[in-house]
Amino acid sequence: MATPVKDPLTGAETTGHVWDETLQEFNNPLPRWWLWTFYGTIIFAIVYWIMYPSWPIGKSYLKGVGNEITYKTDAGEEKTTHWNMRALLAHDMQNGESALKQKEYLEKVGAATYEQIAADADMSAFVRSYGVGMFGDNCAACHQSGGQGVVGMYPNLVDDDWLWGGDTQTIETTIRNGRLGYMPAFSKTFDETQLTQVASYVLSLSGEEADAAAVAEGQKIFQGETGGCYMCHTSEGKGMYAQGAANLTDKIWTVANLPAAETTQAKLDAVKAVIHNGVKRQMPVFGKDGRNLSDTEIKVLTAYLQQMSSETAQ
Amino acid sequence: MMKTEAVIEPKSTLQPRSVEGRFRNAKTAILVFAYAVFFLLPWLRWERAVGPDQAVLFDIPGRRYYIFDLVMHAQDIFWLTALLFLAAVLLFFVTTLFGRVFCGYFCFQTLWTDAFRFFEKFIQGDRVARLRLDKQPWNAEKILKKGLTHLSWLALALWTGISFALYWGDAFELTTAFFTGTAPSAMYGTAIILMSTTYLTAGWAKEHVCLHMCPYSRFQSVMFDQDTVIVSYDAKRGEGSTGRVKPIKDMRDQQARQSAGHGDCVDCGLCVQVCPTGVDIRKGLQIGCIHCALCIDACDGIMDKQGWERGLIRYTSEHGLEGKKTKVLKLRTVGYGLATLLATIYLVWSIGNSKLLEVTAVQIRSPLFVQLSDGRIQNSFEVKVNNKSMEAGRYQLVIDNFPGAELELGQFSDIQLKPDSSIRILAKIRYTVPPDDTQKNREFQFRLTPLEGKVKESVIIPSHFITP
Ligand code: SF4
Ligand code: SF4
Repeated sequence: MATPVKDPLTGAETTGHVWDETLQEFNNPLPRWWLWTFYGTIIFAIVYWIMYPSWPIGKSYLKGVGNEITYKTDAGEEKTTHWNMRALLAHDMQNGESALKQKEYLEKVGAATYEQIAADADMSAFVRSYGVGMFGDNCAACHQSGGQGVVGMYPNLVDDDWLWGGDTQTIETTIRNGRLGYMPAFSKTFDETQLTQVASYVLSLSGEEADAAAVAEGQKIFQGETGGCYMCHTSEGKGMYAQGAANLTDKIWTVANLPAAETTQAKLDAVKAVIHNGVKRQMPVFGKDGRNLSDTEIKVLTAYLQQMSSETAQ
Repeated sequence: MMKTEAVIEPKSTLQPRSVEGRFRNAKTAILVFAYAVFFLLPWLRWERAVGPDQAVLFDIPGRRYYIFDLVMHAQDIFWLTALLFLAAVLLFFVTTLFGRVFCGYFCFQTLWTDAFRFFEKFIQGDRVARLRLDKQPWNAEKILKKGLTHLSWLALALWTGISFALYWGDAFELTTAFFTGTAPSAMYGTAIILMSTTYLTAGWAKEHVCLHMCPYSRFQSVMFDQDTVIVSYDAKRGEGSTGRVKPIKDMRDQQARQSAGHGDCVDCGLCVQVCPTGVDIRKGLQIGCIHCALCIDACDGIMDKQGWERGLIRYTSEHGLEGKKTKVLKLRTVGYGLATLLATIYLVWSIGNSKLLEVTAVQIRSPLFVQLSDGRIQNSFEVKVNNKSMEAGRYQLVIDNFPGAELELGQFSDIQLKPDSSIRILAKIRYTVPPDDTQKNREFQFRLTPLEGKVKESVIIPSHFITP
């Protein structure tokens, strides 16, 4: 550029542009510190561009240098990758402060007995908060988020009634190995009258209304060789943990949906349907051969259920 | 003709002269006190039953804020809101009464710039010496003096940054860790950011912060009125009818000056030279004046030397200058004063009445109720007991107003809590619904009764029992 144009009045340098005869544009340079800040941002951008994922190249992209993140995959292998939010999240989930605290608690729970967990308020509280997540991931699909189950399909886990037993050892076994619940269908064994009689007896066991004559006949079938029901449900009708046979004398119905039945007839029909069709239910294996939950995870779930269920006496 | 420089940027590198006097002493005293508090507080130890032995500690990961015997929990954070509100109205109140005194005496920018200028003066000498040094070409002396000044500034700035970080952890541990390179990165970040901002604002920007960057300086003018007591130059006394004049020849004597129509200002310019923001107070109130009153000290010194009455520049209101009475009780002052008072009372009351024993009971909603095999209905609650006192406590949880219901707490019928700790327990309530009762929602209360510990009164928590 030629010699700078000066404004005659102020002596300031102008851009040389003149409008309307006298209107001029001053050439005021940026303050030095501002200029340097501007250069600084450029340098920052370049450093950032080198260190972090930036330009797309074809189907790939520049991944940046010196920004490795190491984390464990779900399969348990160590993986080192360039910086990205997913890896960072995985890394934080495994190494973050709360993750480490959680790990520490898990180890503590893993080493404790069920009695120790139940007697320790902190461990109990931890089991409740960690257990609710595990339950949600593994159990809630069938037993519902609060463990209330679905009548006829999946047992309620938070009442005080158990098909296979509610002590911690049994719960653990149930989770680890799964269960196969089976009651034969009596469609071929009983005619309609017999079906009504047995069903009436079953209803009477838990104090429901039923026709007295039918109850008396039903009792004979139940306790005798015709029905043979007593073999699993016991002659008192209290059920048997070893078979997963339901207690018929309490207020809880796991298969026949009595709570939803309004009339006596509907209740009778509900029970009849169960006897007619039989029951076939399966709980999957969550131990090594199934969903592969670890011992500690099974322990947390068991302790969680022990707390949430209403069984008082173990 | 205007100079290019004057058009492009405002005059920078102010070199105020130091001054002696009562306001300077007050300013110095406040500076020393504020520095003592800020720099020494993290080092003060304090004995506690549990928790750190540091008097003031903001423990973010532990969610506890320790201020001497006051332990604040995360849920007490609304006190901070109250405190900020109080600070705001107090500032408004003081500003309405006394103008920008906060700026002149308590503002961080003022305090740190002042401290930096003490170093500058100690190393380079006072105004005249500094101006000479500035003009001097770069030689060994200039390099040494300037270098030392900046070194001292950087050291103070660094120590400022470190001291701030010390409030968030154990002061002794953090300091050792900082210098051995093992401190958390947040500490290095904090220290470096605060060091650079301190160095730049107090060392380089100085009065430009007050003049161009500070938002408070922009809106304080709406809080002024003619009764606000501000630093003012008594123009009537200073200028007389024919203006100020230097005490030359026969203008030394007050009487001679007055008969010639001249005022008491001897035009020595000291008031301008001592001003940290470069204001000429004789031109009236200006936005740059931070009410530090150093010009009063300077002028008082001159008046003393002349043997004349002090107060040519003084703290007074516009009404005062006009010879009228300064009205203090006005809607504005009373309003701000009342707000300040209320905020103070609320904060003190709230802290004084904070519950040392907090209990909550949250109903488990999935499922809301469970039928048991004997026909009873059960509801579950997660009860959280928080013992905020510094003593261990033992409590008993029962239910009130719920005849026939049974409370089951597993193994925790007796709740034991360490000092400053909390517990979560599962409470189950079982109840046989009478056959003719169709009510779905029963109100009852949990009652936590302290058996041992600092808190003696029971805590009642209203709750609901839901049946199908
Ligand atoms: S004019 Fe006086 S009171 Fe105002 S900033 Fe300057 S020295 Fe301080
Ligand atoms: S210090 Fe006082 S006498 Fe000196 S110029 Fe300022 S107002 Fe006038």
